[in-house]
Amino acid sequence: MGRSLKIVGGEVYDPANGVNGAVKEICVQDGKIVESCTGAAEVIDATDLVVMPGGVDIHTHIGSPAVNAARGFRPEDHRHGLMSKKPGLRSGVGFTVPSTFATGYLYTRMGYTTVMEAANAPIGVRHTHEELIDIPIVDKGIYILMGNNEFILKYLKAGEMDKVKRYVAWLIRSLKGYGIKLVNPGGVEQWKYGKDVEGLDDKVYYFDVTPRQILKALSWANESLGLPHPIHLHANRLGIPNNYLTTLETMHALEGSRLHMAHTQFHSYGGENWGGFCSKAVEVAEYINAHPNVTTDIGQVVFGDATTITADGPWQYRLYKLSKNKWYNQDVEVETGCGIVPYAYREKNYVNAIQWAIGLELFLLIRDPWRVFLSTDHPNGGPFIFYPWIIKLLMDKAFRAEMLKRVHKRVLSDTTLPKLDREYTLSEIAIISRAGPARALGLKHKGHLGIGADADVAMYPKGDDPERMFEHPVYVIKDGETVLREGEIVGTRDGKTLFVVPPEVGEMDPEFKTEFENYYTIEYENFPIDIEDIPNREAIPAGVAR
Amino acid sequence: MAESVGVKDLKVVEGVTCPFCGVTCDDLVVHVEDGKIKEVKNACVLGKDTFMHHLEGWATPRIHGKPATVDQCIDAAAEILAKAKYPLIYGLDSTELHAQRKSIELADLIGANIDHTSSVCHAPSLQAVQTVGISSCTVGEVKNRADLVIFWGCNPAEAHPRHPSRYSVTAKGLFTPRGKRDRMVIHVDVRPTPTARMADAFIQIKPNSDYEVFSALRALLKGHELDQTEVGGVAIDEWKTLLEKMKSSKFGILYWGMGLTMTRGKYLNIVALLTLTQELNRYTKFQAAPMRGHGNVVGMAQVLTWQTGYPFAVNLSRGYPRFNPGEYSVADLLAHGEVDAALIIAADAIGNFPAKMAEHLRSIPMIAVDPKESETTKVATVVIPSAQAGIAAGGMAYRMDHIPLVMKKVVDSPYPSDREVLERIIAKVAAIKTGGNGAHR
Repeated sequence: MGRSLKIVGGEVYDPANGVNGAVKEICVQDGKIVESCTGAAEVIDATDLVVMPGGVDIHTHIGSPAVNAARGFRPEDHRHGLMSKKPGLRSGVGFTVPSTFATGYLYTRMGYTTVMEAANAPIGVRHTHEELIDIPIVDKGIYILMGNNEFILKYLKAGEMDKVKRYVAWLIRSLKGYGIKLVNPGGVEQWKYGKDVEGLDDKVYYFDVTPRQILKALSWANESLGLPHPIHLHANRLGIPNNYLTTLETMHALEGSRLHMAHTQFHSYGGENWGGFCSKAVEVAEYINAHPNVTTDIGQVVFGDATTITADGPWQYRLYKLSKNKWYNQDVEVETGCGIVPYAYREKNYVNAIQWAIGLELFLLIRDPWRVFLSTDHPNGGPFIFYPWIIKLLMDKAFRAEMLKRVHKRVLSDTTLPKLDREYTLSEIAIISRAGPARALGLKHKGHLGIGADADVAMYPKGDDPERMFEHPVYVIKDGETVLREGEIVGTRDGKTLFVVPPEVGEMDPEFKTEFENYYTIEYENFPIDIEDIPNREAIPAGVAR
Repeated sequence: MAESVGVKDLKVVEGVTCPFCGVTCDDLVVHVEDGKIKEVKNACVLGKDTFMHHLEGWATPRIHGKPATVDQCIDAAAEILAKAKYPLIYGLDSTELHAQRKSIELADLIGANIDHTSSVCHAPSLQAVQTVGISSCTVGEVKNRADLVIFWGCNPAEAHPRHPSRYSVTAKGLFTPRGKRDRMVIHVDVRPTPTARMADAFIQIKPNSDYEVFSALRALLKGHELDQTEVGGVAIDEWKTLLEKMKSSKFGILYWGMGLTMTRGKYLNIVALLTLTQELNRYTKFQAAPMRGHGNVVGMAQVLTWQTGYPFAVNLSRGYPRFNPGEYSVADLLAHGEVDAALIIAADAIGNFPAKMAEHLRSIPMIAVDPKESETTKVATVVIPSAQAGIAAGGMAYRMDHIPLVMKKVVDSPYPSDREVLERIIAKVAAIKTGGNGAHR
């Protein structure tokens, strides 16, 4: 504590504060950005460096029962990445599903300092917190899966909206979660008897409610609780040809409400079947451009190995049958499901190449960078370590043209990508990889370098090759401490777990304990997570009800 | 979370998680008087015994058989491990998550081989999942939905006594309101066991024929006719009947045990089983799950996986994790006489291993950390008694379906927890290695 730091001579990109490449001194004290340091300060010479807030990943799968199942059943993946122990640093492995310590180091090596774990079954959150404790340096938060929760479905069936709201608040409070996640609402419940939903108005077996009702109810609960992040939605029909219609219908159903559409690339497909598979990025981007209530991350495809991990059990069954790869499925009582299938995206495969192009089309066609965020839906579209490669694709039209020569030739004729001339600026990159996601998360002290912000800072070498630049930060500062210098991690520390404190909206009814124990297999009192089980934590207050 | 310590009046601790097996019942009620456990409610006979007899047979701290203090033992253990060139850390089923996590930190520090009791029970199940995956679910799904439950090569009536009533046979749930009357239960094994008594049907197969039977079922499922009239000593028609039951169930689950993992075919038996149950999903919802067992062995596989990427048989001698069952698994390391020191924690290696492996353990410096005397503590160079996890030390444990649960401390112990023992060994080893006193390699 008390450490002071001055970063001088750097070209600063702090779009949240309107700073666009100005040479500006950044002062740090006690882990926060300050106006000026009060005493002697260590000076970091950032001449020839680009200074940005630490990266913020709004959607990644880095630690959960599902991620760990993926690690455990993919030993072949781990040979691609070996990390030796070093003084103060633990060993690790992994490429698409890295071990925990490796995950913290790999994000730090890209200048990322905050990452959000995007899908967690409530009953497994105790496990997730333990994994996050072992992911060093970066701050983390947890989205809680609710879109197929049988209590919510039951309350909806009975029209008990107040119970939905109290239950949501109880879940977030009990689990120390950050936000509400929906995955294929209604469809995963259907999967528990081997089925799926076809669209927004399909009835869910026994509960007789529709995806549309679930979406609207959870969006309403989220907004009326004033949670900092909108509902985080993996929409119905992921991965399936012609799903763009469902995607448009979904956004339309929630018109006027804040909404985060996750990995939109996987939801922007046309064609009646795989033979007719095509891009509908233009249609989806047009809608998003016209509707400022929507934010999105892309889920960009990266060629090579991926591991698909999702609560979307029915989709994973389809992918298992399509790919004939090994298939892991774990349905979770009362709450959700989970499927894992290894997958490799190939440049010359028509569908894969179009998927790759759709992601880039969306990035380039969505005009407001504050509403489109960098993600690969790690590790579904590919590992997060390829973010610098994606940044280069966005910043460098010539590089895109080179790639277009390599991928399946129908990308040239069947997508708008060859015609898109836009090149992202450094400031826009800073928005899609840090300022924007932080704002969408309601993290007021992250994603910018204004007074009072967390002193999470990344410094990259200026150069012609954005991939090289973002792969090799020269310094990374976390909470005011230098954690990386010249590409080497020099000081590991624990990251914090960020959790939201929802407002008091009333306890659960007395009979809830009995209902809970009727359908779960654990004791009601053993469900909540003791705050003391999370040693490094930060409570984020809920905002005002909307 | 109520904690009970030694006071005169009776304390009642509710919602206690049982540390005995992978059913991980978390509804035990433990009565404590004057720091002693007087009564345990809701537990099965195995769980009840674990609590009621926790004061019996305690280990004592000693070095080379001579009484010592815990501090001296920890120093001696650290000396052994810091000097070792190719050490082994093994055991780790009967303890809680935080101790397991520390054991891996220690292994990373000293470049050890680390393995746990899965290696000699359900490791073939883990290998099979690595090969083909698995269609599975948590036990609550079985409670709420299963109308067909098959126990194959496992004996829950004796090994997991509350599994049937809590989850799989008589349990009542959302779509199974009448419990047993809403389910068909089938037991397949090489001999009738007490589990057969709770089953609607028992199919007795020839020993070591499981792979053949699963393969035949897969062929029949795909519509092939078989030339044989019987497979595994059972008529083809009987297998056809079973298959029809599987296909026509709304939600079926096949639980398997060590009758498959430790008999001829090993992981290939499970590969065949898992493939069959995956393929049944063309017709209905069908799942499979291992009857995982001893203590918190699932927790060790979990934390080892998130820290190193691999669920068992991990070698850290090169500074990064490597996985190779058959080379870094405990049986092979000992059979080949490769390791030069061992830390056995929360398991009785000598008592359970074949003579040849036990012999090598006896011939090297061995540290035993255990609440109780065992065949291992009897011959260990250093014995460090610890507080029994789940009774005298809190933490976390995992159920057989990977559900994490709190472990509560219900009584005090004069000895440190496994976690604390390991933390102190780590600190001491780190000091030796950085102290330059010649102990490091």
